[in-house]
Amino acid sequence: MRKLTRTIVAALLTLPLISGVASAYELVMPTLDYRTGPYAPNGIPFANGYGDYLNMLNERDGGINGARISLVPCETGYNTKKGVECYENLKAEGQSGALVFQPLSTGITYQLIPKASVDEIPIFSMGYGRTSAANGKVFPWVFNFPATYWSQATVFVQYIGQEEGGMDKLKGKKIALVYHNSAYGKEPIRTLEKAAEKFGFEFMALPVDHPGQEQKATWLQIRREKPDWVMMWGWGVMNQVAIKEAASIRYPMDRFIGVWWSGSENDVLPAGDAADGYLSGAFHQPGDDFGAHRDIKKHLYDKGLGLGERDRIGEVLYNRGLVAAMWTSEAIRKAMEIHGTNEVRGKHVRDGFEALEVNEARLKELGLEGFTIPIKITCENHEGPGQVALQQWDAKAGKWNLVSDFYEPLRDITGPLIAEDSAQYAAENSVTERSCN
Amino acid sequence: MTFFIEVVLSGLMAGVMYSLVALGFVLIFKASGIFNFAQGVMALFAALTLVGLMEKFGFPIWLAIIGTIAVMIALAWLIERVMLRHLVNQEPIILFMATIGLAYVLEGMGDILWGSDVKVLDLGIPQGASDWMLDSFDIYIEKLEVFAAVTAAILVAFLAVFFQKTRIGRALRAVADDHQAALSVGISLHTIWVIVWSVAGIVALVAGIMWGSKSGVQFSLSLIALKALPVLILGGFTSVPGAIIGGMIIGVGEKVAEVYVGPFVGGAIENWFAYMLALVFLLFRPQGLFGEKIIERV
Repeated sequence: MRKLTRTIVAALLTLPLISGVASAYELVMPTLDYRTGPYAPNGIPFANGYGDYLNMLNERDGGINGARISLVPCETGYNTKKGVECYENLKAEGQSGALVFQPLSTGITYQLIPKASVDEIPIFSMGYGRTSAANGKVFPWVFNFPATYWSQATVFVQYIGQEEGGMDKLKGKKIALVYHNSAYGKEPIRTLEKAAEKFGFEFMALPVDHPGQEQKATWLQIRREKPDWVMMWGWGVMNQVAIKEAASIRYPMDRFIGVWWSGSENDVLPAGDAADGYLSGAFHQPGDDFGAHRDIKKHLYDKGLGLGERDRIGEVLYNRGLVAAMWTSEAIRKAMEIHGTNEVRGKHVRDGFEALEVNEARLKELGLEGFTIPIKITCENHEGPGQVALQQWDAKAGKWNLVSDFYEPLRDITGPLIAEDSAQYAAENSVTERSCN
Repeated sequence: MTFFIEVVLSGLMAGVMYSLVALGFVLIFKASGIFNFAQGVMALFAALTLVGLMEKFGFPIWLAIIGTIAVMIALAWLIERVMLRHLVNQEPIILFMATIGLAYVLEGMGDILWGSDVKVLDLGIPQGASDWMLDSFDIYIEKLEVFAAVTAAILVAFLAVFFQKTRIGRALRAVADDHQAALSVGISLHTIWVIVWSVAGIVALVAGIMWGSKSGVQFSLSLIALKALPVLILGGFTSVPGAIIGGMIIGVGEKVAEVYVGPFVGGAIENWFAYMLALVFLLFRPQGLFGEKIIERV
């Protein structure tokens, strides 16, 4: 029933677009959601955080610089084909056309990358998608800040080094990667292989097929090989099963690190107390003790306009959606500033992304002081700061806590890999590297 | 050697989990010749209902289980009234397609009624590794899977008695053998269908409980049906013991393959290996290990 209500609310919020009631120029922002299917438990909180933040801007500020945002949801079910269909159906939506796409799927992102430059619509694959899209000279239409999977992998290696007593202590250690057997899950492998060469640890990669409901063989191999640390690049049910399996074989949770997509409340709650101490990457704070969250409650939930449940505001994936919406709206604001008009199109928003700077002062103005890292995007660097911290699950308190500072990635590893991969993409797709001077 | 034993035992236990899903397919196919594509979704729907009754309505476990059984029986009645009744004498492929539609309807209903979040299912079933096996023999056995194996054994015994010793069971077998002949001696096809779908619903609930306890109740549960398919191919679509034995063979086969062959070919082979194993069996026994050999005379 609550879902039905949410759907009606979402429909009502998008009604002005459909009915054409609003005469002012509207900023069309399609949302590629997945509220159904096996990955829905993760897709829903992200979509709620993303939508709530933008709806809050509409309710509180009348949109961005007075131009209302029109959210147009499209259900992908985390299915690449459906995601591409959504893109094709929505790219020319409304007067503005789609201003930006947030695919929330590495598979969909890979398919949209070549289309984006033709249609002149930026793709914001926040912390996922093709890592080498960090190279803005080759991928002018794709942005993957605030950090890539490769940066994150090197941060995990540094964290492990620190916990072991220094990077030199990594020599002879064994690190396993349990990964979703998909384009997404395979992303960090090359980076970790390079890191293994550099620091002398043994690296083993263990794939888990979609959806990951059954992983016994994988964890038996971990029992046999006894790696010192395990990393996980999982999504959906794979995360929950992996954490339970790890607990079952008595693998120490504080030596088990998940990618930031393997570190939500959904992932740890089914394992109960056994998940205590489990680590994951993070680039924003958990919780709802921020001005933006209070505004969302005041302007949306108090009026019955919220997309989700009030008590789930501030969950990790909700905040992930929120931070994505915040950066996106700031890029649109920047685009308006650069081009001196509220009637921006996708190509203008791309310029906004490329000149985006959200520093600590701006975060404070947005009611998100200390919520995430400051970012600055440039023509060359679409990854931004690349900094990643680690968060840890406290099962007793039932919450995530950031337990490390933000680490700088090992750019001596990621830099050449990004250059190599983007050059290969440019060669294969006849893309001429642009100048950023 | 200990590790090999561990792999085999884990395979056997995982196989039993697959068998629990396969059993539901067998029951319906045996009695009506319908390959029920919705069986995985039925397991999901049953588990969602169980958790929903406990979480949203505060039912104690026993009452929630009874309530869910009642819902699954009502669902069986509804399926018969709305879907099957109108498809009597249709080609098997038509019935199969109808069950595909049913899967979507049930998935949507589950979503609307109970939401899409991951739900923790805690019925007090023991979970985690058996400490005794781990400490005494250094062998990792999941307590939940041992529990599932015992449950499966009880379920099979119950089904055997039900099919062999009860009037309804005999009627079910009669319908399975020959619809027309069964009708001619006064057995109501509609009633039999309601009963068999109800039993399949209860089996789905058991499967949903076991898999839901393992990973939390969530929509990916519907995909466990994919794990049951090779079991059915191998064990035969009409044999209850075949579902159990087939599950164990598939479970052991895929685990041994993944652990010992996987590392040489990039890993993640267990899913397709299960199908390959089933296909190899098909070459020699197209009806599966325990399936009925159909001889058609022209």
